[in-house]
Amino acid sequence: MNALRRLTLGAGAALAAGLLLPLRALAAGWNKDAFQSRTAADVLKSLGATGGAESKDIVIEAPQIAENGEVVPIEVTSNLPGTKSIAVLIEKNPFPLTGKFEFMEGALPFVKLNVKMGQSSFVRVVAEVNGRHYVATREIKVTIGGCGG
Amino acid sequence: MAAGPMKMRASLKGDVADIRVLMTHPMETGQRKDASGNVIPQHFIQNLTVKMNGKTVLEGQISQGVSRNPVFSFRLKGAKAGDKVEVNWLDNNGESNKTETAIA
Repeated sequence: MNALRRLTLGAGAALAAGLLLPLRALAAGWNKDAFQSRTAADVLKSLGATGGAESKDIVIEAPQIAENGEVVPIEVTSNLPGTKSIAVLIEKNPFPLTGKFEFMEGALPFVKLNVKMGQSSFVRVVAEVNGRHYVATREIKVTIGGCGG
Repeated sequence: MAAGPMKMRASLKGDVADIRVLMTHPMETGQRKDASGNVIPQHFIQNLTVKMNGKTVLEGQISQGVSRNPVFSFRLKGAKAGDKVEVNWLDNNGESNKTETAIA
């Protein structure tokens, strides 16, 4: 009976491992180094996006003052032709990189999302165009932070 | 709170479709504690994919810094009424979900 149980457990574990593999392969599309970086400078290094030029063609729409840091709406539009990706960093958050969006043929370089903010911070957006990086920033003041208990 | 259903709306303005998608997900940061002081483990969506008529048009990677029950807006060009839009997500525990709608 015990032997059968061990066999069954073993088979179950092997099956589970096999099922997990394709998920791991998918999750490899998550830039762990960049997402686990604790400063904006380190995020940019991990993304290979240091030294980006300031650009007025990246438009960040967000409230100047966010009363609730749990839900801060941020809308980003890149008017730079050929924008391949947009990364959104909240500089003062424990892990600044909040999202990176890649646009293929058929998608406009636009994204709107809600983010958590622990305190007032600059939001930094980095757009990638033909391997070059362009940056825009905007300050959001937070009345009640949204990262604590 | 467990991950749950999604809602999506896709509306056409000219040849651009406005996609608005809501995902039910706790987006736990790993920094919060429960009533008895135990850390609530990280649980958050990491990957999003948007497909139009089966073709991937947008891929997103996100962090635990996205608000609980995430809502995203995207814009797809060259869209027409009846085109199918699918959005799916995958979280750090390997859970996933997807939803599909026709552009109206």
